[in-house]
Amino acid sequence: MSKKITQQEELQKQIRKDALRKNWKLFSQSKLGMIGLYIVCFFLFLALLQPFLFITGIWNPAIYDPVVGYDQIKAELLVIECPKEYPTEKYESYSDCPGPGEVNIKKLYMAPDLKVGEYYDTFIQPAPPSKTHLLGTDSLGRDIFSQIMEGSQVAFVLGLLSATLGVGISTILGTIAAFFGGRVDAYLMRQSDLILMLPSLPLLFIISAFAELKVWHLAVVLGVLGGLGGSVITIKSQALQVKVKPYVDSARITGGSKWQILFQHILPNVAPLALLFMVFSVTGAIASESVLSFLGLLNIDMSWGIMIYLSQTDGFIFSGLDFWWLILPAGLAVTFLAGGFYLVGRGLDEVFNPRLRKR
Amino acid sequence: MKKNVIEVKNLEKYYEISRGLFSRDKGEVKAVDNISFEIPQGESLGLVGQSGCGKTTTARSLCLLDPKTNGDVKFLNPETQEMESIDDLDDEELKKFRRNIQMIFQDPYESLNPRWTIKDIILEPLNIHNIGNLLDREEAVREILTTVGLTPPENYMPRYPHELSGGQRQRVSIARTLIMKPKFVVCDEPTSMLDVSIRISIMDLMLNLANDLDISYLYITHDLAVARYMCNRIAVMFNGKIVEIAETEELLKNPVHPYTKRLISSIPVPDPKYKRVEYKLNFDELDEIIIKNPDKAMVDIGNEHYIATHNVKDILY
Amino acid sequence: MGKEVLVVNKLNMHYETLDGPVAAVKDVSFVLNEGESFGLVGESGCGKTSVAMSLLQLQADNAKISSGSIKLEGKELVGMTENELRTVRWDGISIVFQGAMNAWNPVAKIGEQIREAIREHRPDNTKEENTKKIEELFNIVGLDNSVMDRYPHELSGGMKQRAIIALALSCDPKVVIADEPTTALDVVIQDQILKELKKVQDLLGLSLIYISHDIAVIAEMTDNMAVMYAGSVVEMGPTANIFSKPKHAYTRLLLESTPSVVGERKKLRSLDGEPPSLINEKKGCSFSPRCPEPTKECKNQELDMKLVEVSKGHFADQCCVNCG
Repeated sequence: MSKKITQQEELQKQIRKDALRKNWKLFSQSKLGMIGLYIVCFFLFLALLQPFLFITGIWNPAIYDPVVGYDQIKAELLVIECPKEYPTEKYESYSDCPGPGEVNIKKLYMAPDLKVGEYYDTFIQPAPPSKTHLLGTDSLGRDIFSQIMEGSQVAFVLGLLSATLGVGISTILGTIAAFFGGRVDAYLMRQSDLILMLPSLPLLFIISAFAELKVWHLAVVLGVLGGLGGSVITIKSQALQVKVKPYVDSARITGGSKWQILFQHILPNVAPLALLFMVFSVTGAIASESVLSFLGLLNIDMSWGIMIYLSQTDGFIFSGLDFWWLILPAGLAVTFLAGGFYLVGRGLDEVFNPRLRKR
Repeated sequence: MKKNVIEVKNLEKYYEISRGLFSRDKGEVKAVDNISFEIPQGESLGLVGQSGCGKTTTARSLCLLDPKTNGDVKFLNPETQEMESIDDLDDEELKKFRRNIQMIFQDPYESLNPRWTIKDIILEPLNIHNIGNLLDREEAVREILTTVGLTPPENYMPRYPHELSGGQRQRVSIARTLIMKPKFVVCDEPTSMLDVSIRISIMDLMLNLANDLDISYLYITHDLAVARYMCNRIAVMFNGKIVEIAETEELLKNPVHPYTKRLISSIPVPDPKYKRVEYKLNFDELDEIIIKNPDKAMVDIGNEHYIATHNVKDILY
Repeated sequence: MGKEVLVVNKLNMHYETLDGPVAAVKDVSFVLNEGESFGLVGESGCGKTSVAMSLLQLQADNAKISSGSIKLEGKELVGMTENELRTVRWDGISIVFQGAMNAWNPVAKIGEQIREAIREHRPDNTKEENTKKIEELFNIVGLDNSVMDRYPHELSGGMKQRAIIALALSCDPKVVIADEPTTALDVVIQDQILKELKKVQDLLGLSLIYISHDIAVIAEMTDNMAVMYAGSVVEMGPTANIFSKPKHAYTRLLLESTPSVVGERKKLRSLDGEPPSLINEKKGCSFSPRCPEPTKECKNQELDMKLVEVSKGHFADQCCVNCG
C-alpha cells in the first residue's frame, strides 16, 4: 500500500517537473520575454550586490554608503586670470574661461594668498566617473553606483509589494463580483469606475500632502489604488467565464457550497491572469515612484527618482552632457527595469494565453 | 409495478424579456412549455430534439441548476422509497438529495477543472458529502477508475485533464458522476464531441453501469440513432413541448406526429443502396386525433404511445 | 466515365511544431473525375481537413507540403506562387468550410460579399451581369433574391449555409470541396442542404469532394470514397463496393460502429485506444496497434503501408486486408 503511495507521489513530482519544463520552454520561445528576464535579473543582481559588498568589507560604508557616504575628491586646479575681451588665442568666448583644470582667480575669495600660475587644491563634487567611483559621485560626494544599487532595492521592494497587494485585492473583489452578482457586483463595479475616473497622479499629490510617504506607505497606497481600479473589472470577466464552465455546474450539482466552489474552482482558474496583471503593475509602481520623487513629494532616503530630483534641485539637470552621470544612470535604470518587467509580462502572456502561440 | 425514479408534471421554464425600462409589456420565452413524463427505475428515457427545442433547459431544471418557473417534479427518495418533491426541502435535505441526481456533460474538454488532478476530481463528491475516511475514499476512487476502464488507476490519478484524450476524459466524468451511486443521471449528449469509433465504447460502458447499479438515464441528444441504442423510451421535443413519446422501436416503426415523421425521414442512412422516402408534411392524421380528443394535451393511442395535440402547423411550415 | 479533373499523387504534408515535425498527410493519392462526387471519411486527426487545405494551398503558416503533386485539369498546383494560386482559388477550386455559416462578414450585406468574390476573378463584368449571376445562383440553391440585400444576422442557419454554397459556386469552379458543411445544422435542414447540393451537382456537372466523419452522409452523397486513418488512405474505391465488401479492418469497424434508425437493432462494435501520435513516424501499419485481430506480420510491423488493388477500382492497405 505504501509502495503504491510513494509511486504515486513520484509520478506526481515527475508530472509537476514536466509541466514546469514545458512552461519554461514556452516562455523561452519569446524573445521579448527573455530580454525582459535578463534585464530584471541584472537589476536584481545589483540590488543584492550592495549589501554583499558592504558585508564582505570590499566597500567602506563611510565612503560608499549611498545616503551618508562621502568621498572628498581633491583636484589641483591651475589659477588663471580670465581676459576681459573675447575671442583670444586660448578662449573662444566668455563661457570657455576658465577651462577644465583651471580656476579664475577672481572667484577665489577664500584664498587671498594665491597668485596666477600657482596650483589650488580644491574639492570637486560632483566628480566624474573614475577608478574608485565607477559612475562618479553626486554633489554631496556620494557614490552614484551605490545609489543605483540602493535604488534597485527600493524599486524591487516597492514594485513587488504594491503589485502583490493590488493583485490580491483585485482578484478577491473581481471574483466576488462575478460569483455573487446582483447588488454586490453593481457596487463593486461602480467603485471601480470611480477609481478609474480619478486621475492617479494628482490623487497621489494630495495624499502625499497629508501623509509622510516612505517606501512602505507608498507601496500600500499604490497597491490599494491599483487593486480597486480597472483590474477588478478584467478579473471579474475572467471569473465569469469560469463560472459558466461545465465543471462548475458539476460541482454545484454534486452539492458543493458556494464558498467551496469559489475557492476551489474559480480562484485557481483566475490566478494565471492575476499573475500577469501583477507583473504589469510592477512597471507602473516603479514609474510612479520616480515621478513622485522627482517632484519631491516622497520621504524616501534614496531612490532613482530621488537621484534625478537632486540633480534638478542642484541645477545640473540642464547642463547637458557635462554632468551626465548625475542624470543618465538613474533615468536609464527606471526605463530599463520598468520596461524589463513589462517584457516579462509579454513573455508570460504567451505561456498563459495559448492562442497567442505561433505554433 | 416498478417504482418511478422521477415524475415530472407540467414542467415550465420561462425567460422574461423586458422590453425596456418604461415598457409594461414584458414578453416571455417559453423554453420549456408544460412537459410531463415519468421514468421507471432502471429504465432510460431519450429526450430527442434539435437545437433550441428546450432539452438542455429541461435537463438543467431537473438537476436543480436553474430554478424552474412552474411544475411539479418528484424524485424517489431511496431511504423512504417515497416520491418526494424537491420544493419543500431545506438546504440540508437538498444537499442529501443531490447525492442521487447527477449529470454527465457534453464537452469533455470543459467538464473537468484543468487545475485539479484526476484523483481530486473524482474525490470531490466524496469530500463534499463527507463519505468514509481518507483511505476509504482513495480506495473508492481506485475502484471506480478500474470500472470505467482506466487501468491501472495509479497511472491516471495524479494526472491532469489535458494529458488525457477526449474519450478518457469522458470516462473520468462518468467515474466522478457514478462514484456516489446515484439513481438518476442526466446525460447531455456525452458522446457527440467524441470520435465516432469510441462512441460505442462509452455508450456500452454507460449501459453496463446502468445495468449493474440500477441507474435511470435521461439521455439528451439530437441524434435519434444514438437514442435508439441507449434508451427504452424516446420523447421527441419541439419548441419546448414534447410532441410524441413512446417505446423506442414503436416510435421508429410507427411514428404518428408529423414532426417525428419528418425527423425520422431526414436522417441519412449508412447504406448506399437504401432509398430514403421523402416525407411531405401531412396533418390529417394529427387533426383526426385532435378532433376525437378535444380536451386532452397528450393522447394515448395505445401501446404506451402518446401524441401531443397542440397545433404546430404554423411553426413547422 | 468523365475525364480526370483533379489528380492528387502521393501528397505529403507536415506541420512544424515545437516538438518536431508532425506528418498530417502521408502519401495520399486519389483521382476525381468530372461530374462525380468523392468522399473523404475519417475521424478527428486523420488528415482529411489537411488534405482539403492543401488542395487550395490554404494551410497554416507552419504547414509544408514536403512532396507530391496536385494537378487541376493538368495544371500543377504544388509550387505555384501566391499570385498564381489566387487565380486558381474560387475559379478552379472553391470550398465550403466547416462552420462556414460564421464565415460571413457581419457588417456587409450578403450580395456585396458575393460580388466581391466575383469581382476578384471577373473584373470586367458589369454590375448588372454580376447581379444576374447572383440571382441565378440563388435560384439554384433555393434562396429568394431579397437575400442579396440582407445582413448575415438576419438569416437563419440554413439560409446562411445555402448562401455559402452560392458563394462557393459564384466563379463557376470545376471542383467544390465541402468540408463537413452541415455539422452544426439540424438534421432536417441538413437533409435539405444535402439534397440541394446534389441537385446543384447534377445541374452544373460539378465535381464534388465531400469530407465528413459521418459515414451515413458519405454513403448517400458520394460515388467514390477514401477512408483515412492517421494521415494515410487505408481504403479507397466505389462507395457501393466499400459498403458492401469492406476490406480493411478500420473500414469494417467504422461501418459496424454507426447506429442507425432503420433496420434491426443490432449490437455494435467499438474501438479501444487512441489514434497514434503523428509526431514520431513509426515503420509499418499505423492501425495495427488497435486492430482487433491483427495478422502476425501486422503485429510485428513488418509491412509498410501500401495500397493494393483487391478488386477493380477498389484499393486497400496491404496490412489490414487480411486482418480481423
